[in-house]
Amino acid sequence: MSEHDASQEVLRMEGLRKSYNVGKPTEVEVLHGLDLRLQRRDFAALVGASGSGKSTLLNLIGLLDRPTAGELFLLAEPTRSMDDARRTEVRGSAIGFVFQFHHLIQAFTTLENVLMPLMVATGKPTREQIDRGRGLLAQVGLEGLEQRKPDQLSGGQQQRVAVARALVTHPALLLADEPTGNLDSKSATEVFQLFRNFNREFGCAVLLVTHDSRMSEQCDRTITLVDGNIESDV
Amino acid sequence: MPMWIEWTIATKFLYEGKVQSTLILVGIAVGVAVIVFLTALITGLQDNIINRTLGTQAHIKVQPTEERNRILPPAAGSVQLVLEDKRAQRLRSINNWQQVRDMLDTLPQVTAVSPVISGPAFARRGEALQSVALVGIDAPRYQRIIPIQNDIVAGVFRIGAGDAVIGKQLATDLGLRAGDKLRLDGGQKRESVVNVAGIFELGVRELDSRYVYLEMKQVQSLLNLPGAATIIDVTVDDIFDAQTVAARITRLTGLKAESWMETNAQLMNALRSQSLSTQMISAFVALSVALGIASVLSVSVIQRTREIGILRAMGTSRHQMLRVFLIQGALFGLAGSLLGGLAGYGLVGAFNTFGPKLFYIPVNPWLLVAAAGLAMVTGIISAAVPARRAASLDPVEAIRHV
Repeated sequence: MSEHDASQEVLRMEGLRKSYNVGKPTEVEVLHGLDLRLQRRDFAALVGASGSGKSTLLNLIGLLDRPTAGELFLLAEPTRSMDDARRTEVRGSAIGFVFQFHHLIQAFTTLENVLMPLMVATGKPTREQIDRGRGLLAQVGLEGLEQRKPDQLSGGQQQRVAVARALVTHPALLLADEPTGNLDSKSATEVFQLFRNFNREFGCAVLLVTHDSRMSEQCDRTITLVDGNIESDV
Repeated sequence: MPMWIEWTIATKFLYEGKVQSTLILVGIAVGVAVIVFLTALITGLQDNIINRTLGTQAHIKVQPTEERNRILPPAAGSVQLVLEDKRAQRLRSINNWQQVRDMLDTLPQVTAVSPVISGPAFARRGEALQSVALVGIDAPRYQRIIPIQNDIVAGVFRIGAGDAVIGKQLATDLGLRAGDKLRLDGGQKRESVVNVAGIFELGVRELDSRYVYLEMKQVQSLLNLPGAATIIDVTVDDIFDAQTVAARITRLTGLKAESWMETNAQLMNALRSQSLSTQMISAFVALSVALGIASVLSVSVIQRTREIGILRAMGTSRHQMLRVFLIQGALFGLAGSLLGGLAGYGLVGAFNTFGPKLFYIPVNPWLLVAAAGLAMVTGIISAAVPARRAASLDPVEAIRHV
């Protein structure tokens, strides 16, 4: 674990708990009070068996879901008391998502998909933003495919578009949920390499949920989740 | 441009679901076409009926109040039993009708005022005898109420100096042609011979068989009512205001003022029922159009659940998501109503050109504007439920949705 530096802190969790079916007989606590810090330079893997709470944790960090107890600071800002509009705003500007299935929007072109987080925040993209989008597509090796629709791309290409989209806002934190789980090993390696590059280039913290031990071994840090507790963080 | 991204997402989604969008558009267009055509048809028909009815009568008839028996109130402490015979209503002049006429001229809604003296008489030619209505008119004023000069079928419209204009049926009954003489008998030995200057045909049997138009003075002497006018005919700018204006005239003058709506209560009742049934049909068609839009958008929200989840994860707010679907509803309403409006006008045009040609349906461009506006609002309202659903989707679950 790297030395702690408050100005470089992207994420801090304090006693984070999450229960489902709160107040019902079927109430079940999935995360049992987690403490975790992530810094700008961190390139971390989140591993754990199915049902260990990985996805739940990722949804909490991504502000897609709310914790039952504890606090989650994003860029030093407490998030639990944020209203929905502010959470949406922070989600759009500070966090980039890559999902297991590429999740592009079929009605838009490749370039438009990449620019989507900017467009929903500020409207019609500016020249500068379009250039940024094209640049990112070039960096993920998709130059010349800007006007294709998602279904005209291979699975690996689609996932690379998703990576470009996650990075277009220059987020402080990139969350990836099994980003290579659906790809052949060559594409998987390429996508992984992209994360690596962006982590170095943009100083964007990466948290990668994976089942694949080959992948987690290449990360700087591995956080292991067992039954809703952090078992190891090395 | 405000809401640029909402418009972009809304239109791209609609374009992507071409088949679905086209089907519902056709559905809306058919509904709007039915409403536009039906409304135009009924409006045209009613205008036609009203015009025909009012073409031969004034909007308001001002007459003297009925004569009543005046009964002295009983002395205090006594009871009075009254056996009353209603008085016969003799032909009477409107008191100070010149002043009433001038006052009516100044009323803002009133477009024409024409004093008339009218009473019964016999028309005689040789052995033939017909009962007629003498109508003494001030020609320039009267023509603004009933443009009788347009309905002359023989001779010319000229009254005064012993000239009369009579109805075609009367002319046929008495075997008269323009230029012939006619003897009029007002009773009590008041007779006069007039020259038939013209013959009119208004298409209303009662008028064509009975009306004899003369100068006011001549009728006054035939009826022995020197200087009198028995009726003042009035037209107003909005025919449906007639009732209100009539009530106002009654208040101002103390005379009996009867609007065409009271005179033609039966007709008004029929027109009202017709309008009501048209509105009912339109409302139900509009309702089914609205339900169509709502159901298509509901299906669309379910189909796009995952994409909505992604958009939400990308920072799209609930409000933006809501507006995407409201815009879709509005676009459906607008585009469908424009298509439907054009189709409706096509139908109206076809009816006017190839139909039975009993009457002409006027094409009112405002109807199209109103239909488009209304359809847009309907679209937005119909989209409200699916849009709220889209906005309230939990992004976590939406993304997992396959």
